[in-house]
Amino acid sequence: MEKYNLNHLRELEAESIYVLREVAAQFEKPVLLFSGGKDSIIMFYLARKAFWPAKVPFPLMHIDTGHNFPETLEFRDQLMEKTGAKCIARLVQDSIDQGKAVEETGINASRNVLQTVTLLDALEELKFDCALGGGRRDEEKARAKERFFSHRDEFGQWDPKNQRPELWNLFNGKKKMGEHFRVFPLSNWTEMDVWQYIYMEDVEIPDLYFTHKRKVFYRDGVWLADADFMEKKDSEEVLEKDVRCRTIGDITCTGLTLSTANSLEDIIQETAATRVTERGGRYDDKRSEAAMEDRKKEGYF
Amino acid sequence: MADTKDFQKGYLNMELLRFTTAGSVDDGKSTLIGRLLYDSKAIFEDQMEAIEKASEQKGDEHVNLALLTDGLRAEREQGITIDVAYRYFATPKRKFIIADTPGHVQYTRNMVTGASTANVALILVDARLGVLEQTIRHGYIASLLKIPHVIVCINKMDLVDYKEDVFTEIQEKFKELSVKLDIQDIRFVPISALKGDNVVDRSEIMDWYEGPTLLYLLENIHVNNDYNYVDGRFPVQYVVRPQAEKYHDYRGYAGRIASGTFQPGDKVAVLPSGFTSTVKSVDTMNESVDMAFAPQSVVLTLDDDIDISRGDMIVKENKMPDVGQDIEMMICWLGETPMVVNGKYSVKHTSSDARCIVKEMPFKININTLEQNREDKGLALNEIGKIKIRTTKPLFYDSYRRNRITGSIILIDESTNRTVGAGMIV
Repeated sequence: MEKYNLNHLRELEAESIYVLREVAAQFEKPVLLFSGGKDSIIMFYLARKAFWPAKVPFPLMHIDTGHNFPETLEFRDQLMEKTGAKCIARLVQDSIDQGKAVEETGINASRNVLQTVTLLDALEELKFDCALGGGRRDEEKARAKERFFSHRDEFGQWDPKNQRPELWNLFNGKKKMGEHFRVFPLSNWTEMDVWQYIYMEDVEIPDLYFTHKRKVFYRDGVWLADADFMEKKDSEEVLEKDVRCRTIGDITCTGLTLSTANSLEDIIQETAATRVTERGGRYDDKRSEAAMEDRKKEGYF
Repeated sequence: MADTKDFQKGYLNMELLRFTTAGSVDDGKSTLIGRLLYDSKAIFEDQMEAIEKASEQKGDEHVNLALLTDGLRAEREQGITIDVAYRYFATPKRKFIIADTPGHVQYTRNMVTGASTANVALILVDARLGVLEQTIRHGYIASLLKIPHVIVCINKMDLVDYKEDVFTEIQEKFKELSVKLDIQDIRFVPISALKGDNVVDRSEIMDWYEGPTLLYLLENIHVNNDYNYVDGRFPVQYVVRPQAEKYHDYRGYAGRIASGTFQPGDKVAVLPSGFTSTVKSVDTMNESVDMAFAPQSVVLTLDDDIDISRGDMIVKENKMPDVGQDIEMMICWLGETPMVVNGKYSVKHTSSDARCIVKEMPFKININTLEQNREDKGLALNEIGKIKIRTTKPLFYDSYRRNRITGSIILIDESTNRTVGAGMIV
């Protein structure tokens, strides 16, 4: 029976494509949340596979904090042009201007938490009943308990103690008016799987993931990129280093890795050898032990 | 810089194995998973630091590996696991997905959930306590859910002085019990999750045990034959109709092969219409392929223009599934509100949606003694019984024993939309 061998990446791919098709079939108006990071790039790539030769039957949406790496936005726009897909942008700045969200102040200010406000408003405004996210269960311990099909009440809240059991490959997307779902097609992928898949399929990713020279400074064990809106302490010295991103979020909370990896092979080997989690460099998770759980309950990605 | 060929062989040639863990409270399940992750170097420094800090704060004597798997605040506070958690690790041979399910009595539904997608079940037994009621329950669920392989881990061997006769006695007792169950492949391993014996590394103290370590078993159990490659079943999920000049006449049926294989030239029938046709192509984005098999996701095109939509099933003509509205199944009840005979529910089966009424409940099972109870006429949360339902439209199904995809069904409460029943067609 050896001829019926699928490697682990092909099996994960088959599962994710199945989930994406269930979303298209079970929901009236789904949307794919796109951040320009590798997970959302893979999710979009799998969506194109799932419906080929037809176009992906739902739009993408970027919740833009305004604190992006410029390279991320460039990459996003090029990808949309190449694939003919449509990406809606919703700005955290607008939520702040409308008084719905209040900008954090102080040295560690970030718009990470504020994204939830913009996201929930956008879902309501555009009447999306399902938002596809690139979250993976290996990322963080609260995510490990997340379902593929995650039910949200009319306030967008997640109730971890009261989740629907998920059996076999039968996904229950039934809901009442005003409720919506978050669906995570990459639930069973690990950071390593994502890199291996990018390598196997030769998927294009932003240059930020490869080594480059950048002005950075060191804070609480994390290298952060320098930018105009980054407030620094007097003791924080800006240096130029060879770095790359392991995750791409907004500049204020994306830790950079000192690295000279300039090919996918190098990155995979670096990932295999590394002893710190991907989110270990994420400033947003360091706020408390239950930082992710708390944000998720409120309606975060 | 890596040699590209070796590199590809090393990283792109792994298999996927899904396993679930079952144990009673305090059997050391979380510790075992922590040990597997720790010894296979799947735990990162920052995770380790976080649990070292947490253990210290709680006043634990040694680093509490169980804290790695208890994700939610409520769980850490109460020291329990409240839901199925998924964990990942890989060795050069395989990538593993663990469905870690809690052992409390009231959480049978979580074990059923974790078991539904597993190739292997690990059942933990405390060496000091031996085979308990819960052990019977775990064995029964593994057999009910048709998990192809069961590994019984006799844990806490360090607390019984690593004695061989303790291990042998529990092994005999479990084998006796398993005669009543339907499990194809059972293995036994004496371990100490706390001390690490026979989990990843071979125990130096238990030199009387000559079998493989737990990780060796997980890496080498043959799972390739767990799929059914005989009965061609393709539930149609979605119809692909490109709105583009180039693909003007393209009409493809997207789905994930539930069992069997499909290749161009195959004679197929479409249910429920019964029309027959021939497979024209098996497509993926990158290419049209010569053959596809379970569990691949593909798009099929047919030679004839037939009206096919979601919920239909494309099958190989040589072995047809059962078609009918009166269906008998074993069901595990997952809802807070009990199941009642004559109750109406929504059902999901493959890509098909329907409604049903529960007509009869011949018996329910006492899962601690495996006795049948023919008196009661309803099922409460975590109870298991046999029921007969009638559906509003015909379903195309096989027995669960033969096919875990076309033989499984869920019941949904129509007022709350919650998934309340997990059914395995008899």
